[in-house]
Amino acid sequence: MNGLVGHSALLVSLPFLALGMILMPLAVRRGRADLVAVAYGSIYANFLLVSAAVVAMLVALVTHDFSVSYVAQVGSRATPLFYTIISLWGALEGSILFWAWVLAFYSIVVIAVNRSRPGDLVPYAGMVLLAVSLFFAILLVGPADPFQAVFPVPPDGPGPNPLLQNHILMGVHPPLLYLGYVGMSVPFAFAVGALLSREAESNDWIRITRNWTVLTWGFLSAAIIAGMWWSYEVLGWGGYWAWDPVENASFLPWLTATAFLHSAMVQERRSMLRLWNINLVVGTFVLTILGTFLTRSGIISSVHAFTTGTIGYYFLAFITLVLISTLALVAGTSDRLRTTGRIDAMVSRETIFLFNNLFLTAFMLTVLVGTLFPLVAEAVRGVKVSVGTPFFNRMSLPMIVALLFLMGVGPALPWKSTTREELRAKLLPPIAGAAVMAIIAIAMGIHNFYGFLAFTFVGYSAAANVREFWFGARARHAAHGENWLLALVRVIAGNRRRYGGYIAHLGVFIVALGITASSSLRAETEGTMKPGESITVSGRTARLKQLWGREEPQRSVVGATMEIMDGTRVIGTMEPRMNFYPTSQQPVPTPAVRSGITGDFYLNVMAIRPDGSSATIKAIFEPLVPWIWFGGGVVVLGAIIGAWPGARRRGVIAEPIAGVILPQEGAA
Amino acid sequence: MMLRLRNVGVIAFALALSAAPARAAYAQDSATTIPSQPRDSALEARTSAVASQLRCPVCQGLSIQDSPSELSQSMRAVVREQLAQGKTPDEVKAYFVSKYGEWILLAPKPSGFNIVVYALPVAVVILGAIAILLAVRRWSRAPEETMVSRDSGSADEFERGQ
Amino acid sequence: MNWRRSVIAALFGLPLIALFIFGLKHDPKDIPSPLPGHPAPPFVREVFAPGQPPLARPVGDTIRLADLRGKVVVLNFWASWCLACRDEHSALSAVARTYVGKPVQFVGSLYQDRPSAGTEWIAQMGGQSYPSVTDPKSYTAIDYGLYGVPETFIVSADGQIAHKITGPADAAALAHIVDSLLVAAAARPATAP
Repeated sequence: MNGLVGHSALLVSLPFLALGMILMPLAVRRGRADLVAVAYGSIYANFLLVSAAVVAMLVALVTHDFSVSYVAQVGSRATPLFYTIISLWGALEGSILFWAWVLAFYSIVVIAVNRSRPGDLVPYAGMVLLAVSLFFAILLVGPADPFQAVFPVPPDGPGPNPLLQNHILMGVHPPLLYLGYVGMSVPFAFAVGALLSREAESNDWIRITRNWTVLTWGFLSAAIIAGMWWSYEVLGWGGYWAWDPVENASFLPWLTATAFLHSAMVQERRSMLRLWNINLVVGTFVLTILGTFLTRSGIISSVHAFTTGTIGYYFLAFITLVLISTLALVAGTSDRLRTTGRIDAMVSRETIFLFNNLFLTAFMLTVLVGTLFPLVAEAVRGVKVSVGTPFFNRMSLPMIVALLFLMGVGPALPWKSTTREELRAKLLPPIAGAAVMAIIAIAMGIHNFYGFLAFTFVGYSAAANVREFWFGARARHAAHGENWLLALVRVIAGNRRRYGGYIAHLGVFIVALGITASSSLRAETEGTMKPGESITVSGRTARLKQLWGREEPQRSVVGATMEIMDGTRVIGTMEPRMNFYPTSQQPVPTPAVRSGITGDFYLNVMAIRPDGSSATIKAIFEPLVPWIWFGGGVVVLGAIIGAWPGARRRGVIAEPIAGVILPQEGAA
Repeated sequence: MMLRLRNVGVIAFALALSAAPARAAYAQDSATTIPSQPRDSALEARTSAVASQLRCPVCQGLSIQDSPSELSQSMRAVVREQLAQGKTPDEVKAYFVSKYGEWILLAPKPSGFNIVVYALPVAVVILGAIAILLAVRRWSRAPEETMVSRDSGSADEFERGQ
Repeated sequence: MNWRRSVIAALFGLPLIALFIFGLKHDPKDIPSPLPGHPAPPFVREVFAPGQPPLARPVGDTIRLADLRGKVVVLNFWASWCLACRDEHSALSAVARTYVGKPVQFVGSLYQDRPSAGTEWIAQMGGQSYPSVTDPKSYTAIDYGLYGVPETFIVSADGQIAHKITGPADAAALAHIVDSLLVAAAARPATAP
């Protein structure tokens, strides 16, 4: 029954999507607003249908309806309800269904907010969204059909992948990732819509999509941080980033989207980089699809790559189609996309943004080439090679420290040109911040070149960004006599996009400190111990109190109760565990983490003697790791402030005038 | 023997034994010995430097330094032993390459075709920087066209310190 | 129309698509071993499971690869916790028995397991016809570039690794390889190096 409902809903959505997609351009060309409205209707209809399919799937999961193929694949009666629900996105078919639903949801929001806007931009963007939805609908009735009928109906299923039912963050990371990933379809739709409606030379589509991009970029940032946190809490090796293809896949569109957030400002302010921005937006979208392709087609082995038959070819065909059609569109339009603005001086914020884009793009290419190189080497040399952490660290560190530096220079430099005195007044004071952080780095023992540089540049750039808040608040304080705090709040509220950006910068600095300190100063030790014995790392001591085991419906757990010692006093207990799932030969660890402001004390059970007499425990001190999660929160806060809809929504009703920009809002 | 990679039956057996914390120490009959606490810290540092360059065969992309797997621990012990015998890090890596193939190196050897993956990012940065400098020079020489850039926005004034 | 840029972009895009098609046809988890064609790494290991007559070797006896020159050696890595090892167990024992009296030596090598669990498993599986040795620190396993168990290496009479089988060994395929190596050895009698 559930299978029938879900399958029918998806099947019915196909003609709606196809008809809407074909109808839209015809209606626009003939100027038939009534037909455009009908085509919009297909977007709403698709949302209702995909929602029905998702509900059917959730009902099937929760009621253990093993006649539905997806439930038979990931469900099990023993799995707790929470993990049963989130197994909706735990495997390939369900995640595609979830993707389609998020896209359908975004589509109706975009249309509802923008449909009253005159011109052809929004209808064409709607058409693109319909086309992307159609691709996912085809996957869902074809190679990724989650609703296949299973006969005979199995009495029980294997349950979700153990790695994916072992931590609550699995309920957080994937939805955030899809919200970020799928959200990048919207700027893409508007970019293509702008090309089709011949409005690309105006900056209108940028204005419509900029808040949108900030929002989805915020989701993607949160997803990446949550993914790091998840791997830190679940994989048990005490790290949070391994340059795994799955991680890289989420990072690639983040880099291009970050580049776009900056270069979009150059287009708004200076009417430049139009073609480049379209490239970035299309590139970001293609990277989200490519990332899904890389991780879901089994083409590159990886932590949770799902291997399936033909789905890779569908993705490949779609990517090819997207590339060919956008390249052809750009070719037909690029004469009108030439820069009409100009740059006044080499030393200006515009130039810094260009270099910001250079490093972000080069970073993206480095990660992309590194991820694909094993494939390239096999095709060219016939030899399997690996590209992992040592390569990525070595190649990306110079670019990361350069970006950290530019993050301080950009906000300090004015647009257009500047005088030598102004430059000195702007660029010199933050050097004090750099000096402070350099001393702190040395005092902490960060003596490696890039670690030291990262601390120093963070000091410089953080000082430069904080100065922006300080100046803004001071000006308000002087002009309106407001108290400092109120002045600061009003300054931020008065130019949310600009100060949201600076807040995101501050978050990045905190993350950078956490990553630098934890990778430079991490200390670990490992020991086999009997109850009563203890293990010490970086002055932190844990004593093994006892080893225990317990049966749970879906798994068996063995664990160690460790007492945290301060001298002879017990100041707390930690319980690292190992979980054994029937479907997995390898145990899934649950390390125990005790966080403090200076870092985490991280305990992981490496092995337990079956008779419970001793265990091998790995103890790690992870300096400043909690700063990464906190800094991630600050980044997201910045994105929320930046994306918060303002009272002045002129962009929605303003008539587009080619070449004219309205810089009142979001002038940063 | 330690509980690591074993089948479910053994786990149930293990749990039966360990459900009540057993304190009695049994005679060691372990086939694998767990590496003891590091003694020589200089050797440990060199070991972890080499170990973090080698890929764990049974994990996904982790180095044998980071991987908690049993095979990685044994491989780390081999690295440690060979370094202690006076082999250079390159010789140790060459040993593993001869057994597992180039796949075992987490950073491909920068020679031959592999140079592509190292050179490409550098080339992008250099060429991109040149392109930007040339473009900025061209744009900053271009006459101010009919552009109507109203820069009366408040942000600029704030930026200039007002 | 300005096609130049787009054509250039397409020139970058097309090889990428071709690369992906290539990738979809290849299994990323299939990593070829560099060992076949090279001399087999020597090992000196202690027997913990004797096997059955006539192939038996006493427990505590030492098996040296160097002593086996002139014989085809089938070295199988296994463990009691390894599920796939159950699939190949009877095939290996049966094939080993068919070569009684021929210059063929089967050796099992226990991988990351304790000998008591190994002997228990052998008893459970109804016996192993040939002897198994311990590999205390997995040194032999690493010497043979082991990824996991089961893996089986077939060493020719002149001490070269001739073949590697990843995963459960198939009786017919294994016998075919051993037969062909025996033929080669007979054609060119092994001489001490």
